[in-house]
Amino acid sequence: MKSFNYHAPKDVKDASKLASSNSAFLAGGMTTIPSMKLGLASYKDVIDIKNIKKLSGIKVSGKTVTIGATTKHVEVAESKDVKKAIPALAKLAGNIGDAQVRNRGTIGGSISNNDPSACYPSACMALNAVIHTNKRKIEAEKFFTGMFETALKSGELVEAVEFQIPEKADYQKHPNPASRYAIIGVFVAKHKKDVNVAVTGAKSCVYIDKDLSKKLSSSFSVSAIEGTDVKSSGMNSDMHASAEYRANLVSLYAKKAVEAC
Amino acid sequence: MASLVGSRVERKEDTRFLQGKGRYTADINIANQTYAVFVRSPHARAKIKSVDTSKALKSSGVVGVLTGKEIAEDKIGGLIAGWAIRSEDGSEMKVPANPPLAKDIANFVGEPVAVVFAETLDEAKEGAEKVKVDYKVLKAVVDPAEAMKSDAIHDGVDKNLCYDWLLGDRKAVDEAFAKADKIIKVDLINNRLVPNAMEPRACVVDYNTASEEITLYTTSQNPHLSRLVMSAFGGVAPENKLRVVAPDVGGGFGSKINVYNEEIVCSWASKKIERPIKWVAERTESFLTDTHGRDHVTHAELAVTNDGKFLGFKNETIANLGAYARVFGTVTPTYLFGPCATGVYVIPAAYSNVKAVYTNTAPVDAYRGAGRPEATYTIERLVEKAAMELGMDKTEIRMKNFPTQFPFKQTLVHTVDSGDYVAGLEKAKQMADYAGFEARRKKSEANGKLRGIGVSSYFEACGIAPSAAVMSLGCGVGLWESAEVRFNPTGQISVFTGAHSHGQSHDTTFAQIAADELGVPMENIDVVHGDTDKGTFGMGTYGSRSLTVGGIAIVNACKKIVAKGKRVAAKMLEVNEDEIEFKDGEFVALKSNKKKTIGEVAFACYLPGQRDEMKSPIPEGDEPGLIESSFFDPANFSFPAGSHICEVEIDPDTGNVKVEKYTAVDDFGRIVNPMIVEGQVHGGIAQGIGQALHENTQYDETGQLMTASYMDYTMPRADNFPEFNLGFTCTHATSNPLGVKGCGEAGAIASPPTVMNAVIDALGGQEISMPATAEKVWKACKAMKKSNAKAA
Ligand SMILES: Cc1cc2nc3c(=O)[nH]c(=O)nc-3n(C[C@H](O)[C@H](O)[C@H](O)COP(=O)(O)OP(=O)(O)OC[C@H]3O[C@@H](n4cnc5c(N)ncnc54)[C@H](O)[C@@H]3O)c2cc1C
Repeated sequence: MKSFNYHAPKDVKDASKLASSNSAFLAGGMTTIPSMKLGLASYKDVIDIKNIKKLSGIKVSGKTVTIGATTKHVEVAESKDVKKAIPALAKLAGNIGDAQVRNRGTIGGSISNNDPSACYPSACMALNAVIHTNKRKIEAEKFFTGMFETALKSGELVEAVEFQIPEKADYQKHPNPASRYAIIGVFVAKHKKDVNVAVTGAKSCVYIDKDLSKKLSSSFSVSAIEGTDVKSSGMNSDMHASAEYRANLVSLYAKKAVEAC
Repeated sequence: MASLVGSRVERKEDTRFLQGKGRYTADINIANQTYAVFVRSPHARAKIKSVDTSKALKSSGVVGVLTGKEIAEDKIGGLIAGWAIRSEDGSEMKVPANPPLAKDIANFVGEPVAVVFAETLDEAKEGAEKVKVDYKVLKAVVDPAEAMKSDAIHDGVDKNLCYDWLLGDRKAVDEAFAKADKIIKVDLINNRLVPNAMEPRACVVDYNTASEEITLYTTSQNPHLSRLVMSAFGGVAPENKLRVVAPDVGGGFGSKINVYNEEIVCSWASKKIERPIKWVAERTESFLTDTHGRDHVTHAELAVTNDGKFLGFKNETIANLGAYARVFGTVTPTYLFGPCATGVYVIPAAYSNVKAVYTNTAPVDAYRGAGRPEATYTIERLVEKAAMELGMDKTEIRMKNFPTQFPFKQTLVHTVDSGDYVAGLEKAKQMADYAGFEARRKKSEANGKLRGIGVSSYFEACGIAPSAAVMSLGCGVGLWESAEVRFNPTGQISVFTGAHSHGQSHDTTFAQIAADELGVPMENIDVVHGDTDKGTFGMGTYGSRSLTVGGIAIVNACKKIVAKGKRVAAKMLEVNEDEIEFKDGEFVALKSNKKKTIGEVAFACYLPGQRDEMKSPIPEGDEPGLIESSFFDPANFSFPAGSHICEVEIDPDTGNVKVEKYTAVDDFGRIVNPMIVEGQVHGGIAQGIGQALHENTQYDETGQLMTASYMDYTMPRADNFPEFNLGFTCTHATSNPLGVKGCGEAGAIASPPTVMNAVIDALGGQEISMPATAEKVWKACKAMKKSNAKAA
C-alpha cells in the first residue's frame, strides 16, 4: 500500500474541505482498503468519515426510513425499526457478504461504490430512495449512472439514504458462491400506486425491469409474470454465470420475491 | 492404567491455537531484518530480454536486488523432481531445469524473476515496482489436452511430454475386453485445485556471519528434507551450516512439501547481503505459485459381464504438470495413481496409461490424496455408470466385485494386507438409511426437487514409506521415519519425531502412544518436531504417513527404553532381568513384588552414584542415560478403505445442489484418537465436496489465472455442508505393530466421486464435470426436462 495522509474529521464540513480529486472517503473500508492494498487505487488523502456522528443512525417517520451513510449493514439487519417498517431491507442487509463484511461495511460506501453486484442499489431503486448528500438530494434513479459510477461529484459526501416505506417488499438474491455478492438480486416493492422490480448483478448497473414492474403493477401476483421472457441481451456474462443463466434467475427470483411478499 | 490409545483425549495444541498463541513463521522477527519482495512474471510464457535493476537499487531503503543472472553465477541449483518415471518405451522422463529465479524465460504467471530487499516492506514493494523487465511475450500453452500439439515450452522436451507411462498389461486387457458383454466408458476431467492453506507460505532467514550458519524458518511439511534438498541440490550451504525450522504451520495439504524458489533465494541472498531476510506471501502469491493439485483429463473403460462382474479396466490420462516437475509432481499421476486405478475390486486385467505434459501454468504437485482421489474418481464413476447401464443396484454391483480374502493381491501393484469391504459398505448402507432413499426421493420430487444418491467405495495406499517398494517405483530416496525418545533425569520425556504437524495434532496423538508404551501421564511428554537442530533426520508429513510410519518409530524407541529400563531395574532390584515385568510405568520384581517406577529408573540412569547403594545401577555393557532412537521402515504401505454415501437435492430452477446427507464409513485400522480422526475425515470430506461442487480453478487462454482470489475462487464454507455421519470398521493393519492405517487423506479421496455420483444420479445419469456448479447443473436440468418431454 502506498503511504497516504489519514484524516478523521468530526464534521461534514471539514470532511468536504479535505476532499480533492486525489482523495477518498473511508467508511467501512471493505472496498477501499483491499483496492489500496492490491495497488488498484492510491490516494494522497484518506478521509475517514466514521467519526462524524451525524452520518450514522436510523430514523423512521410515517412514510420513510432514513439511514445514515455510515450505518453498518449489521445495524440495519438488526434494527427493530427497519424490520418493522421495511423488513425486506433488513433482510437484504443481513445477507450481504459475510459477518465480517456486515460488521464494517456501510450503506453509504455501498451505494457510493455502486458495484454492479451490490445489493443496496436495488433497494434504493425499488424503494424510490432519495440520496441526501452534503450538497443536494438525488433521486436513486439519477444517482446510479453506470458501472461503479454515480452522480456524486468530487468531494460530495453521501449523508443519508431516505427510503419510501412500501406496502410490501422482498429481496431475493442468488449469491456468488465465492464472494457472496449478488450474481443476481431482485428487489420487488409494491407501493400504493405501482410496483418496482429492481435488478442488480445482471447488467453493468442496477436497473428497473420495466416489463416485470408493469405487469405486477396491474396485478400483483406470481401468475402476472409467469412465463415472462426476460431477455439476456445486455446482461453480464462471466465465469460465474452466463447471460442466459442470469436472465433465468431474474425471472425466477422476481417470482420468488412476489411469492414472499 | 487405562489405555490412552483409543480415547478422545483433548488436543494439547488447542490451548495455543484457540488462544491465538500459535507461533508461525510470519510471527518471527529478527533484529535488523530486511524484507523481500519478488518481481514475478506477469506473463505465462515470455522470453526475458533484459532485467534493469538500476532504478530499484536507487530506490529509498533498498538494500539489494538480485536476479536470475546472479543466482546462476553463484551456481545455486534449481527446484527438483523427486521421482524418476520411465516411459513405456523405456526412455527416461524429461525434466527441464527450474532455476529459483528465471533467467532467460518465464513459464507461468507468478514465476519469480528478481527479488528486492529493503528496510521496510513498503520500500521493498516500491523497489520491486522499479525493476524493469523487458519481456518478449510468447504464445502460452494452457490446455493440457492440447499441450502435445502445441509449441514446446522447454528445450529438449518434445511435445511438452514429460513421460508416457504405462502400468499393467495391454494385451491382457485387450483379451478381457474381447470377452466382455458390455464396455462402460467415461470421459472425465479432474479439476485443478488451489490448495489454499490458511497460512500463506513464508520464510525468515537469519545468517550468522560468525558461524556462517544459515537458519531458515519456513512453512514446510518436511524441514529435514528441505535442508537436504537445499544443501545437496541447491548448494545453498552444507547441511551442518543450514538449520531449517518449520514452527507452527497452518495447513499444507501437500502444497508445503516442496522447497520453493523463495526459500532457496532468501537463504542464498541472506549470506550475500549479510542481513536477515523476511518474506511472507500475499494471498495472490499463494494462488499463483503454491503447487496446485489434480488436473487430469481421463478416458477410462470398464469391461463387464451382463451380471455385473468386472473383467478389465483401462485408463488413458493426460496429467498436467504445470510449468515444471516438482518433488512429487511426477509420481502423483503415476505410482500414487495407477496402482489404485482398479479400486477395491477384483479386476483380473488392467492397465493405466498416463501422459504427463508441461503447460504454462503453476506447477502441479501432491494435494491431499495425491493421485488416489483421481484414481478413485475414475473407477467409482465407471462402477456407478456400470450399475446404471446394467440396471443393477449400485451397492450390489460393488459387493459382487469386492475381494473377500485378505491379503488381497491386486492385479497391478499392491497386496492389501487387511480389510473388510463388505462390512464397510453394509454399515454405510445402514447408517445412511440406503433402503429409505426412494421415499425421500419421492418427497423431494413432490417439492419440485431432484434427489440423487451416490456411493463410492475406495481404498488407498498410504503411509508412504516402504523403502523397498518406493525405490522400485522410482523414488530417489528410501522413505522411513525416525524418532528419538529422550527421558530427562527428572522424568519428563521429549519425543522427537521426523514427522511434522501442520494440523494433524501430533502433539496429542504421539503423546498418547508414547504415554501408553512408557506408562507415564501424557502431560509428562512433549512432542518435538520441525527443527533440524532438534532430533534426528526425518522425512516429514504427507501421504498419511505420520502415525503409520513416524508413530511406529516412536513406539519402537519406547520399547527400547523399556528394554533398557528393565535391565537397569533388574540391577537396582537385584534380580534377574527376566524376573522383571513392566506394567503401568513400573518395573516389578515378580517374586519380591519390589518395584521401581520408570521415573526412578530414568533418574538412576543419569545419576547413577546413589549414596545408599554405593554402586552403579547401570548394568555392565550398558551406558548411562536413557535415550533411544529408532528408524522405522515398514514392510508395506497401509491400506485404509471404506464406503461413503451421499444424498443431494437439486433445485432444477437454479441448479443449486444441496448436500443433504453424507455418510462415511472408514477403516483406519486401530484408532488412536477418534476425535482427531473424525476431524481429519471432516476436513477431507469438506475438501472433496469443495472439489466436486465449488472449486473451479480457471486460467484464460493466455495463461492468466482468473480465479486468483477468494472473490472468484470458491472455497466451500460451513453452510455448504450437512452434518457428516461417520462410522468406522477397524480391521488392524498387519504391517505395523499398532495396527494403524493412515486417515489424513481418505475423506478427500472418497468424497468427490460420492458427491458426483449423487448429482449424476439426480440428473438421471447425465454426465457433468466437476465442479458441478449451479449453472452447469441448471443446464443439465433443462436438457433433462427436454428429453423427458420428448420421451413423453
Ligand atoms: C467479501 C465481500 C462480500 C461482499 N458482499 C456484498 C454483498 O453481498 N452485497 C453488497 O451489497 N455488498 C457486498 N459487499 C460490499 C460491502 O458490503 C460494502 O458495502 C462495500 O465494500 C463498500 O462499503 P464500505 O462502507 O466498506 O465503503 P468503503 O470501502 O469505505 O468505500 C467505498 C467507496 O465509497 C466511497 N464512500 C464511502 N462512503 C461514502 C460516503 N458517505 N459518501 C461518498 N462516498 C463514500 C469511498 O470513498 C470509496 O470510494 C461485499 C464486500 C466484500 C469485501
